[in-house]
Amino acid sequence: MNAETVNTPKVIVRDLNFYYGNYRALQDINLDIAEKMVTAFIGPSGCGKSTLLRTFNRMYQLYPKQKATGQIMLDGRNVLDPKQDLNMLRAKIGMVFQKPTPFPMSIYDNIAFGVKLYESLSRYEMDERVEWALKKAALWGEVSDKLKQSGTSLSGGQQQRLCIARAIAVKPQVLLLDEPTSALDPISTAHIEKLIDELKKEFTIVIVTHNMQQAARVSDYTAYMYLGDLIEFGDTSTVFTNPKRKETEDYITGRFG
Amino acid sequence: MKSTLLHQARLKQQIWLDMLFRGLTRLSAFGVLALLLAIIASLVIGSMPAIEAFGFHFLVSDEWNPVTDEYGALVPIVGTLVTSGIALLIAIPVSFGIAIFLTELSPRVLRRPLGIAVELLAGIPSIIYGMWGLFVFAPLFADHFEPWINDHIGTLPMLGPFFAGPPMGIGILTAGIILAIMVIPFIASVMRDVFEVVPPMLKESAYGVGATTWEVVMKIVLPFTRIGVVGGIMLGLGRALGETMAVTFVIGNAHELSKSLLMPGNSISSALANEFTEAVGELYTSALIELGLILFFITFVVLSLARLMLHKLGKGEGQTT
Amino acid sequence: MLTLYTRRRIVNITGLLVSMLAMAFGLFWLCWILFTLLSHGLTALTPAVFSQMTPPPGSTGGLLNAIAGTLMMSLLGTLIGTPIGILAGTYLAEFGQRGWLAPVTRFINDILLSAPSIVIGLFVYEVYVIRVGHFSGWAGALALAIIVIPIVIRTTENMLRLIPNTLREAASALGAPQWKIVSFVTLRAARAGIITGVMLAIARISGETAPLLFTALNNQFWSADMNSPLANLPVVIFQFAMSPYEDWQHLAWAGALLITISVLTLNILARILFRQSATTH
Repeated sequence: MNAETVNTPKVIVRDLNFYYGNYRALQDINLDIAEKMVTAFIGPSGCGKSTLLRTFNRMYQLYPKQKATGQIMLDGRNVLDPKQDLNMLRAKIGMVFQKPTPFPMSIYDNIAFGVKLYESLSRYEMDERVEWALKKAALWGEVSDKLKQSGTSLSGGQQQRLCIARAIAVKPQVLLLDEPTSALDPISTAHIEKLIDELKKEFTIVIVTHNMQQAARVSDYTAYMYLGDLIEFGDTSTVFTNPKRKETEDYITGRFG
Repeated sequence: MKSTLLHQARLKQQIWLDMLFRGLTRLSAFGVLALLLAIIASLVIGSMPAIEAFGFHFLVSDEWNPVTDEYGALVPIVGTLVTSGIALLIAIPVSFGIAIFLTELSPRVLRRPLGIAVELLAGIPSIIYGMWGLFVFAPLFADHFEPWINDHIGTLPMLGPFFAGPPMGIGILTAGIILAIMVIPFIASVMRDVFEVVPPMLKESAYGVGATTWEVVMKIVLPFTRIGVVGGIMLGLGRALGETMAVTFVIGNAHELSKSLLMPGNSISSALANEFTEAVGELYTSALIELGLILFFITFVVLSLARLMLHKLGKGEGQTT
Repeated sequence: MLTLYTRRRIVNITGLLVSMLAMAFGLFWLCWILFTLLSHGLTALTPAVFSQMTPPPGSTGGLLNAIAGTLMMSLLGTLIGTPIGILAGTYLAEFGQRGWLAPVTRFINDILLSAPSIVIGLFVYEVYVIRVGHFSGWAGALALAIIVIPIVIRTTENMLRLIPNTLREAASALGAPQWKIVSFVTLRAARAGIITGVMLAIARISGETAPLLFTALNNQFWSADMNSPLANLPVVIFQFAMSPYEDWQHLAWAGALLITISVLTLNILARILFRQSATTH
């Protein structure tokens, strides 16, 4: 398949294959992620959209028997290059997961945890950074008076925004969102979608979602995947209103399966 | 630019710390292996004089004479195996019943408290069982049960010789019974855990076609968990074989091989507990250490089998243990 | 003639009755043992038990030196064994996905978990007591530490495995190095469970007799010197209970009650702690 290019690519994926043991879960993926835009990966469950996302920060490396081949270029360096330092890479790429994952520590420490890893900030600077991140994540108003409370004491929607704040506090260049609203109620979901719109001014965002309306609402580019193949990629309005491929049309119009 | 330099410095430090931490945990894990090897090595070295002096004969000789420095392990080995055998004979059916009661029969309200009670009892130090055996059970057994056993079972043609002898209250049979009481809570709680592995849906389908509770237990639960149940029993056997205090109080510490279970005998662990600190002479000490080596070997084999079986059950269930 | 259905019902009811009897049978002995322990122990449990030393035969005394010795050795054994156990358990759960070391260690550890404790005593005697030339509190603490290690390894690994992988991924996604992920995130999240395991380990060693027989031995007098033979409750109970002197036997019952109460209390506390942490998470 030909490369699916965009004008100002931040991440360039070429000939990406992914294996769970002997099973090939992604096949020759080629696509670009546009800088300071939102790119959505959609498709039925098991299509490889989360797998693709997890190759961007090599999260799969936590597990034995999973491996990726090909190229994922970020700032001119191949992410998949074994010489690429993982922690350094991950500091540049933030990630938020399906379920909120607050660490077993206070709200403040949750956010400071990642920052402390790579920056030596004074107390004052750290306070400022925590406030900045919480404000960016639209959580400051709700937690400003209880920063010392445990992160696990928040509600589900608040926990997820805390995780977003934690991810952006380290000022990453790319933000990966893996079905960030799948465990949340509609009101919290709306909060987070609004937030994504705000955040794309500063970050390159990639979101995996099983909710097509959400993809249509928040993304600039959409990639439709099926059984490990990238079926169609383009700007969101085109993919949703005038898909080139029959499979995409079937999925989007709900005739799928 | 400044920030990348800072990053680089931090990075080096982190990589170094990561290796240090990983190395430390690895070293500790390795320590467990080293510990096992060290235990085996020290026991083998300690028993060398006895092995050189008696060789294979040690295993089959019932001689145990510190005066002439002649030692054989047969009496304690037989004592250990027979007491553990008696214990399992009693404990298996009782534990099985308890486990069935706890998983299938008990009213919901009682299930948890009874389960916890059984687990707590499994944690009581074995010395308590030994003391109770010596002060309460043995006298009672001598006065009320052993005369009856003498009269009724001791006179039977085949079984008789095993149950003849003076009613002293202390001996192989008593030690086996006390051991049984001690391992019942242990085996019962392992069995209960094993029974709980059975998916409720499987049991419900059996009930759904009209099976009775007993039929569900015998035809669904038991076949499904067979390996785990045997593993749990082996685990209990491992306990019983190596148990010291519950046995030492009531076994009688006699280095004599007698047919009757009512006579005093000795087990490996109680011989060690009673004689080791008082043993004089290299050969005496070494013979005792060789007893320890034999005990370690037997329990090692039994426990390995137990773990392999329990592991197999876990695997069959698709979960990691 | 019985119909098939009636026969099935009879088998069912008999089976169920027998298992109920088994439950009653099991509980009967255990209640009896606890009752004996309470009735003998409570009468022997006088203030002197806590204020006087172990007496020579035929006179009255207490268990103060034995209680102190048991506390010291259990504490030291726990302090030595816990860090090693936590580190090794961490290796099994967090780093050991690849290679042979983790599965082999796990298997060996499960065997050491129920290995005869008297053999541990023999081992420490061989490698430590003989070298130093005398029995000592240190040797006792060492033997207890060897019993603590496998218990702590097992619970640490089990508890770490309960921590969802997403938490590790989240920390890892921030670029945290592994030692930070483990020590600040996963071990912290598993804290309550690991403390429970340590408490159960303390409960286990505070009643262990066999490994102390050849290591700490006993000491009739007050001693806080870890480098000399040290009195301890289990060995005192063993010696006093086996003796013909009634005063000694009374003290043995008092000691047995003390040990049982502390073991049960530790067990129950551990359970409560674990339950509480399970509900708040």
